[in-house]
Amino acid sequence: MTRGIAPRAARRRAPQTLTGAQAVWECLTREGVSHVFGYPGGAILPVYDAMTAYPVHHVLARHEQGAVHMADGFARAGGGVGVAMATSGPGATNMVTGIATAMMDSSPLVCITGQVSSGLIGSDAFQETDITGVTLPITKHNYLVTEADEIGPALREAFYIARSGRPGPVLVDITKDAQQGTCRFDWDGAAPKPPGYRPDHRPRAAEVRHALDLINGAARPVLLVGHGVILGGAEGVVRAFAERTTIPVAMTLLGIGAFPGSHPLNLGMMGMHGEAWVNEAVQQADLIVALGMRFDDRVTGKPDTFAPGARKIHVEIDPAEVNKIVPVDVGLIGDVRDVLETLLPGVEPNDHSAWLARIGELRRHATARSIQNFDDDGRLYAAHAIHDLWEATRGRALVVTDVGQHQMWEAQYYRHESTRSLITSGGLGPMGFALPAAIGAKLARPDAAVWAVVGDGGFQMTMAELGTMVQEGVKVDVAIINNGCLGMVRQLQEFFYGARYQATPLVNPDFVTLASAYGIRGIRVTERSGVVPAVGDAAAHDGPVLLDIRVQTDDAVYPMVAAGAGLDQMIRRPAQETIR
Amino acid sequence: MSSTFVVYVEDKPGVLNRVASLFRRRAFNIESLTVGHTDTPGVSRMTIVVGTDRDGARQVEAHLYKLVNVLRVDDVTMTPAVYRDLAMIKVTATPETRSHIMQLVDVYRARIVDVAPDSLMVEVTGTEDKIDSLLDVLRPYGVIEAVRTGRVAMARGGARTPRVRRPSAALRGPMPRVHAGPAGPVPLSA
Repeated sequence: MTRGIAPRAARRRAPQTLTGAQAVWECLTREGVSHVFGYPGGAILPVYDAMTAYPVHHVLARHEQGAVHMADGFARAGGGVGVAMATSGPGATNMVTGIATAMMDSSPLVCITGQVSSGLIGSDAFQETDITGVTLPITKHNYLVTEADEIGPALREAFYIARSGRPGPVLVDITKDAQQGTCRFDWDGAAPKPPGYRPDHRPRAAEVRHALDLINGAARPVLLVGHGVILGGAEGVVRAFAERTTIPVAMTLLGIGAFPGSHPLNLGMMGMHGEAWVNEAVQQADLIVALGMRFDDRVTGKPDTFAPGARKIHVEIDPAEVNKIVPVDVGLIGDVRDVLETLLPGVEPNDHSAWLARIGELRRHATARSIQNFDDDGRLYAAHAIHDLWEATRGRALVVTDVGQHQMWEAQYYRHESTRSLITSGGLGPMGFALPAAIGAKLARPDAAVWAVVGDGGFQMTMAELGTMVQEGVKVDVAIINNGCLGMVRQLQEFFYGARYQATPLVNPDFVTLASAYGIRGIRVTERSGVVPAVGDAAAHDGPVLLDIRVQTDDAVYPMVAAGAGLDQMIRRPAQETIR
Repeated sequence: MSSTFVVYVEDKPGVLNRVASLFRRRAFNIESLTVGHTDTPGVSRMTIVVGTDRDGARQVEAHLYKLVNVLRVDDVTMTPAVYRDLAMIKVTATPETRSHIMQLVDVYRARIVDVAPDSLMVEVTGTEDKIDSLLDVLRPYGVIEAVRTGRVAMARGGARTPRVRRPSAALRGPMPRVHAGPAGPVPLSA
């Protein structure tokens, strides 16, 4: 369960008579919502019209997908529930990618859409779409509200469901006549009570004992930390657990930040593009303790070859994830923080120095292949740019990435020390996520230095949100890792499609000129020596800065586990003398 | 193999769609699905037969519980339970064959519910096997039309329909079993 975001304590108030539209804002205000990301239209106009009387700031996106990604970034950075709003029909369908993103990554969102009046439903009216039908498989739950009186209970329940248990997006579709109708608004009477919803689970004592036996008896254990550790606010207890047991910690992409990057027990990211030593350690382990992660195929490689010699303990809040992909010995179903707090008194300090030394050896062997240790050949590689961004921001930026090669290099070369300092889309992988999500993140955490790290392909999917950034006066610095192509797809073509680069080269606009059209300062970086000064200039500049970093096209993310291969069957970076 | 679930859901618009959509998107194969009211206002009851093994059945149960409108899921596959299917069969009946058919209907403890000059309508309840068998013996006379409800199931013993108004411990479903091995009987009340 997401913690520390309880709604403002509601003062007990007598029921009021409100319009449905006012009831929407009354609910949002009482839920403690400070920002709503949206785009108006005919069927939601009554709600927009009622907005001015309430202390909620509306951020006008340039596309509804951007609005949902902003709400998602806002939720992931700040730990609250993100709220997005759109009109019926195209407004609602444009939200779909953003909602699916939040669903795959368990991000708590409430999406409010207008709907045609209830009498027109089913008549193929102008801008009518069955959005509750469309979003059925990509929301945690959704509602079609046709009466003003139902708005309060539906919205209150939506917030409760979005933030409790395994968080996720909830959509509330409200007909125009419900917005215009009047209702008796009774906040206390609308307390959420979905009778079949059970977000709270606790493991049984016998399972806890079994898990403790496995943990205390393991010789080569590894902790796998996933997004659930961040969502559940379990970073502190994970650290205490790792330190007491001296068990090394590997992270999934979305787990990055949950454990300090410089901690001696931190291994780094595992999985398809995880570090070689991490994947090797996982494969050689005799115990896997998976915390708040779901054994995604990008994490496990081929599931039946995953950690073949290991007993497995799965701590997970969603019962449907246990034994879904990887069969486990013990499933501890519950909030990851509660479960670890239950386990912690029972774990014994253990000497794993031989195991840690073995991993250290694997690490030394693999590090020799890192591009950072190659001689400077005068070219600027994306991995260099990200490494230098890390150095210049002293690892303290809140980085929001897009999807593709740059995302993996960010995960490998930007070392994150604190939780919620990397926001990235893991499950769905929608290009265009970074810029809008970064805007939302900055609004949630105004004091953080927020960087959007994007590829030139993904940036162009949502670059219209530069307009939102300027209109809102938000300082998000953008680093375009510009290799002139769709790099990750190109890499797949290089490895598996005979280097036939169909439809991956891009003809790009001049991004520096584009920035200046929005009144944003743009800096082009073409040499490695230019990265650190440009990042320094961005930090010193008052407004947003866009860096167009021109990097080598012909580079690939290593190591790489091909689809369907085992985690230890990695394509490795060629030694320096053989590249190019 | 097949697994049989009794699923209690909130009686609200779209709930059947949510359940059916879940089965489709998780690639669980529905063999039959029946739905109807219970004696408790606001609660509907589904009997769902799914083509899946025991591991798959645990996944089905866990995923059903993720639906907010699902109140309780009982996997009755390994539980003592009564299964019934209901069929109505319209069969050609001439003055010569009419009494033969009526004798067969008696043997199966079925009932004639409509008589027309050239046909009879037979109503029969029982296990799927029994209905298959009756259909087989009627087929030579000429089955004009047949309709079956699909399996409904009820566990033996004193289990109750969950109530929807006041959530109670009895209403909370069992934790999905996470250990391998045959599923035990589902605890029906806490």
